[in-house]
Amino acid sequence: MTGNDVIDIIFLSLKIAATAMVFSIPIAFIVAWLLARHEFAGKSLVQALITLPLVMPPVVTGYMLLVLFGRNGYLGGLFHTLGIQFAFHWTGAALAAAIMAFPLLVRPMRLSIEALDRGLEEAASTLGAKRLTRFVTITLPLVLPGVLAGAVLGFAKALGEFGATITFVSNIPGETQTLSLAIYSLLQSPSGDRTVMLMIAVSAFLAIGSVLVSEWIGRRMGKWTRQ
Amino acid sequence: MTDHAKDARMEGQGLDVAVEARLDQFALAAKFKAGPGLTALFGQSGAGKTTVLKMIAGLVRPDAGRIAVMGRVLFDAAKGIDIAPADRRVGMVFQDARLFPHMSVLRNLTYGRWAGKRSATTDIGRITQMLGIDGLLERYPRTLSGGEKQRVAIGRALLADPALLLMDEPLASLDQQRKREILPYLEEVRDEIGLPIVYVSHEVDEVARLADTLVLMADGGVLGAGNAVEMFSRLEFGPALGRHEASSLLTGTMARYLPEYGLCEIALGEGCLLYIVNERLAVGDRLRMRVKARDVALSLSMPKDVSVRNILPATIHDLALDDSPFVEILLQVSGQMLRARITRYAFDALKLGIGQPVFAMIKSVAIGQRMLSGKL
Repeated sequence: MTGNDVIDIIFLSLKIAATAMVFSIPIAFIVAWLLARHEFAGKSLVQALITLPLVMPPVVTGYMLLVLFGRNGYLGGLFHTLGIQFAFHWTGAALAAAIMAFPLLVRPMRLSIEALDRGLEEAASTLGAKRLTRFVTITLPLVLPGVLAGAVLGFAKALGEFGATITFVSNIPGETQTLSLAIYSLLQSPSGDRTVMLMIAVSAFLAIGSVLVSEWIGRRMGKWTRQ
Repeated sequence: MTDHAKDARMEGQGLDVAVEARLDQFALAAKFKAGPGLTALFGQSGAGKTTVLKMIAGLVRPDAGRIAVMGRVLFDAAKGIDIAPADRRVGMVFQDARLFPHMSVLRNLTYGRWAGKRSATTDIGRITQMLGIDGLLERYPRTLSGGEKQRVAIGRALLADPALLLMDEPLASLDQQRKREILPYLEEVRDEIGLPIVYVSHEVDEVARLADTLVLMADGGVLGAGNAVEMFSRLEFGPALGRHEASSLLTGTMARYLPEYGLCEIALGEGCLLYIVNERLAVGDRLRMRVKARDVALSLSMPKDVSVRNILPATIHDLALDDSPFVEILLQVSGQMLRARITRYAFDALKLGIGQPVFAMIKSVAIGQRMLSGKL
């Protein structure tokens, strides 16, 4: 495996993780908002469903995705008519990454929404700010640390996702072979490859870096948003 | 001004509140009118004061009733009127300041303008100077002291061009030192801006010093409402205003300064003089003094050889006599009301009765600087 191959794999991994985040962050925020601010029937069911990917064997999650989003799956057919294919396609890897990272996104977002002093929104309303203005000027900036911390953590998780991905979209070089899957393949081959050490290093660096950045955001922004 | 003229003025200029609500803990039914100036909602915690304030601001919705400010209806259950908080132009200063932590003091102060689209009728420089916060504009709320935060919160509310200012125990979270630091600013706001203010408090001291109108609340209802000086002189509100704190408010004019003693001579009326210690007064200044009932002693004859210099000729106007060891007495002093609390033992010994002329004695130190309010 050449250096160019390694770079391609890293870029594919980043593309998949980024795509997963772009679509899941807004959804996660809405879900976190509903869980933090509203009471509704089936709330605990929604909570359980979100936590599920965290505790279920990833291979099972991957299989369920295959059943649901495979070409003959219940939702897969629907998306296929819309021109979106998931099974054995990089978009499927993004979907698997998004599902697996979802609980990591929702939790910090929910916590920061719950921690927000609603009295500040009340104060803003007495100063003439209407609902949308209040959201943009008060709510959003104050929950932003939670959103960013969740996003960075989720991104790292998406980048390293393995079990659900390999089950759902297989390990196709150039299409679904992310960094983790490439490392797995190289470790399987008896000859071995020196590039595997490079990939492991890159993987570890990205993961550790993400956690540090997430922590830093939490600390840094927590400071200027504290009263 | 006659009472009738006063009432007529209150209709158009003041606040008209009549609200009812069933809340989690209790039922609230409050009805009162207040004129311009500062109206204090006074009562124990849990009396419903803050809830009434939030109803005026639009943050809590009453089940029934009507709220009007300066003739403008903000809420009317019968007519289905319920103006959103953002459109009420009712400024509110919360007990916990509620400054926006991610904005500088300046951004906080101008929030009503850039986010609330309120008109910039009040000059920022004037407000920040008046509140002594002109040096804090670049700072962030977390770096401010409690007293500074409250002053910024007051400035923020004022700069949002309100028609009415609500203050929910703005001093409650502060220590004595900080309270003393802020009170003069509150008096400035009351006297200089000319905005009607509704002020919630459970501190008699603050109410005595600041209030023009007093609304006494207990258990979700209004016990009584009216001119603060008159309310203080009504014996039946003694328990509500705190037995220990029972006091009266006297109004006087600084007549002359006695430099050799460091005393101010205050004229309460014709030939009726009080001596107090206050370095800031100038001749001609009008002031309100609070005298606690327990600091007033009575004598049947003009006492000659006592240290007390404040000896006021008075007439017993009313008294409250019961089984308790104390008797509450309301005295008329030069057209003003002064409360006295003496023991029943002394009362019987002096054989006091309504209409009897007496001499009221107040130690100068009992009318200390702290109890003095600003110019009327």
